[in-house]
Amino acid sequence: MVPWSWSLTVLLLLPLVGAIGAALAPKKYTLEAAAFVSIIPVGWAVSTLIGFETFSGLQQYVDEIWIKELGIHYALGVDGLNVFLIALTTLAWAVAMFAVLNKPPTRPRMFVLLMGLAQTATLGAFLAQDLMLFVLFFDLLLIPFYFLIGMWGQGDRRAATTKFMIYTLAGSLLMFAAAIGLGIAAQHDTGTLSFAFVDLLQARIGDQTQIWIFGGFAIALLIKMPAVPLHGWMPDAYRAAPLPVLIVLSAVVAKLGAYGFLKVVLPLLPHAVTAHQTTYLVLALVSILYGSLMAFRQDDTRLVVGYSSVAQLGFVALGIWSLDAKGVEGAVMQMVNHGLVVIALFLIVGMLHERSGSDLLSRMGGLAQKAPVLATLFLITSLATLAMPGSPNFVGELYILFGAFESSFVFGVVATSGVALAAFYALRLFQRSMHNRATASADSREITGDELTLLLPVIAVLLALAVYPQLMAEKIEPATEPALVGVVTERETERKRGLELRERDRKSERESSRATRAASRAGATE
Amino acid sequence: MNFLVAATSAQAPTVEYGTLAPILVLGGGAVLVLMVALFSGRFVQRLLVPLLATAVLIVAGVLFAAGLGNPDPSVLTGALRFDDLAYTFDLIFVVSALATVVMAWRSQTAREVGSGEFFGLLLAAVTGMAMLASATNLVAFFVAFELFSIPLYVLCAADLRRTKSLESGLKYLIIGSLGSATMLYGLALIYGATGTTDFNGIGAVIGKGAVASDSLLLVGVGLVLAGLAFKASIAPFHQWTPDVYEGAPTPVTAFMAVATKAAAFAILLRFTGAALHDARDHWQPVLAALAVTTVFVGNFGALRQTSVKRIMAYSGVAQAGYLLVGVVAGTTLGAEAVVFYFLVYLLMNAGAFAVIAARERAGRDDSLASFSQLGAENPALAWSMTVFMIALAGLPITGGFVGKFYLVQASIDAHYAWLGVAIVLGSVVSLGYYLRIIATMWMDRTAGDHSPATELPVIAGASPEADASNHRELVVLAVLMAVLVVLAGFVPSPLFDLARDAGNAFAALL
Repeated sequence: MVPWSWSLTVLLLLPLVGAIGAALAPKKYTLEAAAFVSIIPVGWAVSTLIGFETFSGLQQYVDEIWIKELGIHYALGVDGLNVFLIALTTLAWAVAMFAVLNKPPTRPRMFVLLMGLAQTATLGAFLAQDLMLFVLFFDLLLIPFYFLIGMWGQGDRRAATTKFMIYTLAGSLLMFAAAIGLGIAAQHDTGTLSFAFVDLLQARIGDQTQIWIFGGFAIALLIKMPAVPLHGWMPDAYRAAPLPVLIVLSAVVAKLGAYGFLKVVLPLLPHAVTAHQTTYLVLALVSILYGSLMAFRQDDTRLVVGYSSVAQLGFVALGIWSLDAKGVEGAVMQMVNHGLVVIALFLIVGMLHERSGSDLLSRMGGLAQKAPVLATLFLITSLATLAMPGSPNFVGELYILFGAFESSFVFGVVATSGVALAAFYALRLFQRSMHNRATASADSREITGDELTLLLPVIAVLLALAVYPQLMAEKIEPATEPALVGVVTERETERKRGLELRERDRKSERESSRATRAASRAGATE
Repeated sequence: MNFLVAATSAQAPTVEYGTLAPILVLGGGAVLVLMVALFSGRFVQRLLVPLLATAVLIVAGVLFAAGLGNPDPSVLTGALRFDDLAYTFDLIFVVSALATVVMAWRSQTAREVGSGEFFGLLLAAVTGMAMLASATNLVAFFVAFELFSIPLYVLCAADLRRTKSLESGLKYLIIGSLGSATMLYGLALIYGATGTTDFNGIGAVIGKGAVASDSLLLVGVGLVLAGLAFKASIAPFHQWTPDVYEGAPTPVTAFMAVATKAAAFAILLRFTGAALHDARDHWQPVLAALAVTTVFVGNFGALRQTSVKRIMAYSGVAQAGYLLVGVVAGTTLGAEAVVFYFLVYLLMNAGAFAVIAARERAGRDDSLASFSQLGAENPALAWSMTVFMIALAGLPITGGFVGKFYLVQASIDAHYAWLGVAIVLGSVVSLGYYLRIIATMWMDRTAGDHSPATELPVIAGASPEADASNHRELVVLAVLMAVLVVLAGFVPSPLFDLARDAGNAFAALL
């Protein structure tokens, strides 16, 4: 067991250490070194995935007390909820680091360092089994992204990155306060201050306390996703961010919002969750519809993908808030699927930019003419985006819709219409860029070897998951139970309380009717 | 047994020289430095005097550190109380003064006003602060308060040729005197109402429920708190802060930003703990309201500033608001949080002002524009400044994060959760200006104005002999502080131990 206990720490630190190593290499080779180093975490994550056993508990769990005075533990672990997201993280970063090679940035050393720090922070947030550690990594990862967008971005990058930072940190800091509140509430119940999830799960938090703590978490996570109406930072940041950064931001970091709901909110705040379920289902539907319609209207390809992500994360949120095992399972699958699709889509957006000199659809058109391979790969990605049967996204959305129908028929019906909307924007993106009449600036060129090596692995993973979706499903399924167990018991107690109330009502009614009957009888005898 | 009675009966109080040694070293050192500086000559003025001041501070610091864990509750017949709360704050004053000595060593300021005067006054101020942190008697309280205030009025005006510095000194003198007078009235009223100058005696009278019935006492307490609020720059008594911070020589500003505030909070903790604890239902809501006001006034005020020193001034106001939350809590945890935050705050602020001073020596001024492209020009300084800004905003892997955690925890624990939320919301606003500094250093593509320094630098922290290539001590100071700030985020235990001992000392006061 000894080597295993180090395994996750190694995984966590690999990106940062690798980046430092790459930054120490001669400046000429920094980017190459960083790119090759970024493959190691992928291998590590895959080996973790292979060693992963299909049962509901945490695996490779490490728990050391870090800051005793504040009850913060250094606790890491993998389970069905995060194991695929971790693999996705490493893959996205590897693709991003290789994509950088095609377009070397200025100040490569700092770029590499910040990317490494960002990856470590993201992995940390996924791996954390301590609430404060989760919050810490969640906040930490904003710092590198702030610089990455602000220093290497395009257009109005300074304003965009400031907006991004303030939006997301406003949420994060509220979450910070809420997390401390949760810890103290648990301390009042159990007697010891500890933020480790295992300890927090033991505590019973008062219903009223849950509501305000929930508020802090919900705002932070919704901003991160981003969900309507808290998505204001998204368009500016997506327009300004350099493409490799955008890939990891959109594919992985945004998933942290949804993951937080599953990992923290559902198990720890079941009362607040059941109380707010309808509200958040409605929010999810609004995200789906608003995101889809906005994606359909955008001229900027980055924003088409950006708004489509809002819609897709709406689906994920729908799955989560269905509070149903199938829905949650679908949500986790969809997080991974969407992450993969977004990596591919942003790579393609970059290629379209190369060929037309612009991010705008109105400047593109006819790019498929001399590029059949590119067109094919793009089409596969588009079909996966719109959840064509046979794509992994189809499976994910199907599970989510099962869950949605389970919780409410109306929501299920509306959500199904959202699936159809995806076809509109995905096909429009493909058609307007690749087919339509060619504009003067558009220059149809076949996909190059460099581009292909980036895109192919991602599409290969997508296809593999399409052929064999059970690969994910069977590992995720057992993990949905601990996520939902709190909600289930909460419902059980609610139901019992309801029964008791009804019983009491009936009893008092019976008594009062008996009293009136007695009274009337008494009146009659008089 | 109290101080006044002892004095009037013409019987000299016993003097505990052992316990008082560090304070005597500081006071004696101030005189010594002043005397030595009477000798002219480059060696004495430029090297010996600063070295002597450093030595005095280090000796005093070692003595203070040795005192940790050996409290002496009654010194000078109960005028002073040396416990871990006092010793920890004493260490903060000493380290802050040491950083100031490093910043002032080759600065224009110390030359202009005279090396001996500058460092002598600095040591005198530290002496006053150390006494104030221990004061347990209204008379000692006021004497120590003035002892540290008056040298600072002079130090603020130490740049004799710069009108802004003179303005700063005058403004500080007038407003500071107003604050002192307010406080003195308050002290007199408290004495009138309770008949004792001893904190514990006052606490005993208040414990009998005198506050609710005695408006004299209530007004007295209010005036004392207002006087302290002036010194700690708590809104709405903060108006002097930006002007004075901007005008004062940068090393002095660095000292004021940390040590003055720490001194005011040290006595605030001791006074509220020992004397006012039983009346907390009366002052807690007032201070809570002040804390929220301070957090928002400070943070919104900083947003529109273009001078980094003014930004730091408003940021200091906001931080005073955060710290006040720990006092409002009135618990051991609250005191621990205040002490811990000050330990980190010391590192963050001393470092940030070192960077500002370095900028000024490079022939720039303290405007935001002069930080433009610092990242390309001097990465070490820019990285340090980035760490300080991130830490002041309370982001993770810095001591600032842990400090804010502690304060929020204390507020929630004391059933003031809404104050915790105010801290958090204030931090969000604060990002607006902290990030602006970071963005200016790293993300500006247009080069700033490279106008070289004029013949006689009129810039606050400038130095005649140290130019951009020759301010190594500032870079070393900044980098050292940055490393410590990050380290405090990873391994906060040593600071926790200090804070916990101080907290226990606070608990003993209640």
